[in-house]
Parts: sequence; structure tokens; C-alpha cells
Amino acid sequence: MVAEEIGLNDYLEANGVEPVETDLGEYIIQLRHEPPSHIIAPAIHVNKEEVADAFRAAHTHLPKERVLEEAPTLLAEARKILREKFVAADVGITGANFLIAETGSTVIVTNEGNGDLTQTLPKAHIVLGSIEKVVPTLEDAATILRLLARSATGQEFSVYTTFSTGPRRAEDADGPGAFHVVILDNGRSRMLGTEFQEMLRCIRCGACLNHCPVYGAIGGHAYGWVYPGPMGAVLTPWLVGLEEARDLPNASTFCGKCEAVCPMRIPLPKLMRRLREQEYERKLSPPAARWAIALWAFAARRPALYRLGASLAAQILGALGRRTGRFRTLPLAQGWTAGRDFPAPQGRSFQSLWAERK
Amino acid sequence: MSAREEMLGRIRGAVGKGRAPDAARAVDARLAAHQTNLIPARSQLAPEAKIALFETMAREASATLTRISASSDVPEAIARFLKQENLPSRVAMAPDSWLGGLGWEKQPLLSIRRGRAEPSDDVGVTVAFAAIAETGTLMLLSGPDTPTTLNLLPETSIVVLRASQVVGAYEEAWAQLRQVRNGEGGVVAMPRTVNFVTGPSRSADIEQQLQMGAHGPRRLHIVLVDE
Ligand code: SF4
Repeated sequence: MVAEEIGLNDYLEANGVEPVETDLGEYIIQLRHEPPSHIIAPAIHVNKEEVADAFRAAHTHLPKERVLEEAPTLLAEARKILREKFVAADVGITGANFLIAETGSTVIVTNEGNGDLTQTLPKAHIVLGSIEKVVPTLEDAATILRLLARSATGQEFSVYTTFSTGPRRAEDADGPGAFHVVILDNGRSRMLGTEFQEMLRCIRCGACLNHCPVYGAIGGHAYGWVYPGPMGAVLTPWLVGLEEARDLPNASTFCGKCEAVCPMRIPLPKLMRRLREQEYERKLSPPAARWAIALWAFAARRPALYRLGASLAAQILGALGRRTGRFRTLPLAQGWTAGRDFPAPQGRSFQSLWAERK
Repeated sequence: MSAREEMLGRIRGAVGKGRAPDAARAVDARLAAHQTNLIPARSQLAPEAKIALFETMAREASATLTRISASSDVPEAIARFLKQENLPSRVAMAPDSWLGGLGWEKQPLLSIRRGRAEPSDDVGVTVAFAAIAETGTLMLLSGPDTPTTLNLLPETSIVVLRASQVVGAYEEAWAQLRQVRNGEGGVVAMPRTVNFVTGPSRSADIEQQLQMGAHGPRRLHIVLVDE
């Protein structure tokens, strides 16, 4: 995902280098010219008919009449095509799930084996890592690797976990002749020493995406950039600026599932809440929203006023909406009602119903 | 100032304000201790139970496994597996001396080439450094005797493993590696690659249907030798 973060493929293409994604999911979205929609399963939004269309459009040297209906035939075709690319490539670029301080090793975890072919067959291996991937020792990596596989895909352990250290040795029969590691900061070090430092523990397992009701409803592309879901809602504002991404920390119901499932125990709701506060403090939210919040805060601190307002609103809206039970449009909330109807209250406020039951 | 110095400066500023010498010593001590963290209890077993756990977990990860008692039976076990599965009898094999000395001449139907694997190879045979019972994982090192391509390129990957090489957890495997490859300044001399392999290659990238044989081997067969 670091390559997407820095727009590596576009840059390489513009400079006459042909980048080929090798993870099957990444390859599919590369052919479709799309960003990933999930950090573990980048093509999770694509169905197999669309994969077949993408393959037909790209693999024009293969017979047009070939049958490409089922997943196994699609996989077989991708395997064959990409195998040729592996063998022909001059340089292999991989990411790094971890960097080991003790030995200077880089670690990559895959189920397909694409990371291994990428770094074994070409003449040079370039690793793109970022500063938060550094762990002290091999033993520390073992602990976190246990968490990664289970949280990412529910496997006991991923199929391939590979530690790479330096280029091939003089007496080796295979492996790259050159090994080059790039370590990216891109805004991460600014998080150190703040409460957002905890986000640097993220191992990109995707568990918080999988359990997020908002991610489930809107999908990964709606987050607008590389990192979706709760982890993206915290990380993206730091990497691109809160001005650019101020909607993201608001895309949460604060149900707390992300924090509950995070294997690295990152307090995602707390961090999103903090970003919302910053958004307010830095006056990044639109004036209408700020006014509404100020008004609400004024009322919420005056219980009698709040009760009166709530019951008036419930009565008026309840009377106005009695016929259809919903509003197609509401003043001051057109943005909200543009996409859905507002259900009409039943005429009584929650507090008055509560008081009655007690 | 280079980008690197700038980055390191920012990190120092944020985490180590004013106590850099102490911090550096603390880091050195932390790295040298190789302390293990919590290790799941399930792999902490007597040798035979550990081997049984390895077998179960490897099968669970869709590897196949034959257990034999004598290393001299390895060639026959491999020949039988290839025949049973209707696989080619041309084999690319690791030039490892122990593996090479197992009596392959008794299997004249196998045609063996020793060295790295080429893209055209169908079957690769190599040896493991260790195996981890906790998850049924093989630990393979790159080196002149065990080229990495052997366990990556062929559709069928066969790995010969001795029962005594089975350890409980990853941490035990690291400890063994530290012992046999103790490098300068007590830092383990890592080979170019250490490959942890758990079952054959797979992908679920098309409609989340799990399929075997994505880019690496479609089949992983383990020959476990007691002696
Ligand atoms: S925030 Fe936690 S759950 Fe989400 S991707 Fe990162 S480590 Fe996984």
C-alpha cells in the first residue's frame, strides 16, 4: 500500500518504466485502472465477470473464444501471464510488512508467493518500507506475525513469510544481485510524541475494515484514497492533511468494534474523536455545521430548554409528517435528505416516553 | 541536511529529547537480548506430540505428508508420490550433500538435475532447516545447497524434513538459527532469504473463493523422516 500512497506506478509509467502488479487482486485493479478498495483484498469489489472482461481487454494475444467463466480458469490465465512477467522483469519491487532492526532484514507476507518470485528472479530487489514497520528483533517479528495472519485472513499463518537480508551471496545459485531498501516517512514521524503515535502500531491487517459497519455500507473507494475504514480514517488525515480528509473521522458510528478487534489494540474511536475535535478547533467544518453544534451544546447544557425543544420538534415534525411518515426534504438538512428520506417522529420525545415508563 | 538526517532528527526530537546516549544504550541492550514474548502453549509439547501437531497443522494448511522411518527410503517415497499423483518424474533437486547421499540410483525412473529451479521445472525437491509445529510451517534457508527457486517455481514442491528438526514455536527456530549461524558481534548471520512456508500457494482474490496454486507451487508435499 506504500506504493499506492506515493503514486509509484504512475510515476514509473510517466518515466518509461512498465510496472506490473503481481498480487492477483492488485493486478486486477491495475488492469481496471482503479484504486484498491481493501488493504488485504484490493479487488474485493470486483466480480468474476468483470475480471474476465479486464483479462479479455488486456490479454489480446490470447484466443478470443476462450472460456473464462470460472475463477479457476481466470487464476490459471493470470498465473501464466504473470509468470512470464516475473521471468522477464529486470527489477522486483516489494513492500515490507516489517523491517528488523537487529539484522537489517525486510519481511514480506503473502499467500500467493508473488512477493517471493518478485524478489528472487529479477536482478535487483527494491524494498519500499516505512518507518513504523521497524521492529527490534526476529523474536518480536514472530509475535506480531502470529497476530497478522489471524487478524487478516483468519489463517493460522500466511503461506509465505519471507525474511530477506542483503543481495544473493557469492556462492548462491539464485536471488537478486542487488538489494536496496527505501524507508519512507511521509508524515509519520510527526505523529510521534502525540497521542496519534499509537496509530503507528498498525500492521495493516484489515480487521477494523471487516468489522466496520460504515465500511460495509459504503465500501473502500468512498474513502477517497489508499487507506479505507477506521484505520484510514485516522491515518489519512495525517498523511494528506486534515483539510483534505476532514470527512473521514466523521465516517464512524463510534460503535467501537474496530478497537475491539484490533490486534494491536489501537484506540481508533478515541483517535477519530480527537480528529473531530481538531476539525472543530481549526474551524475546518462548514459554518452551518458549527452553528448547529454550538446550538446543540447550548441546549444540551440547559435540560429544561432541551426537553422543551425536543418535545416541540417531535410534535411539530410528527404533525407535519403524519401523512407519509417521512420527509423527502428538510430545511437546513438538504445535504442529508438528498440521498435519503428523514423518518418523521411519532409525536413524542424520547425523554417524555422514558419519564412515563419509569 | 539529507532527507535521512531530517527524518532521524524528527524521530529523535519526538522520542528521545535530551537523553540520546542513554536511549542508544537501551536500544543496543534491547536488540542484544533476543527476548521472547508470549509463546502460545499449544506447541510446548514432548517431541512425539510436537511432531504429531506439526503433521496435523501442515495437513490443515493443505500440504500433504508422508512419514517414513529411514532416510534411505526417501527416494522411493518421492518416486511413489510422483507416480501416485501422476506427476512428471523429472526433478530439480537441491545440491545438498545429505540429500544427495540418500541412494537415488535405486530409483532409475527419476531423472534428476541438481541445482536451482528453472521456470520449466515441474517438480522441485529440497530440504528444510527446521519446521514449526505450532502452525505446520517449514523454515527454508537460501544458500548454495538450497536455492530458493526450488521451493517457488515448480508446480510441485517436495520438502524433505527430519523429525529432529521439528520445533514448537518460531522463536525456537530462531534460537537454532542463531546457534548455527553466529555471526560478527553476536548478530545472527542471516542468509539472503529465510522462507517460512505453510502449505501451497493460494489466492482468494477472485470473489473470495479460495484457490490453490496462485504464483507459487500448487502442491506442497512433505517427506518426514524419523531417523
Ligand atoms: S488499525 Fe488495527 S485492526 Fe485496523 S488494520 Fe491496523 S492493526 Fe489491523
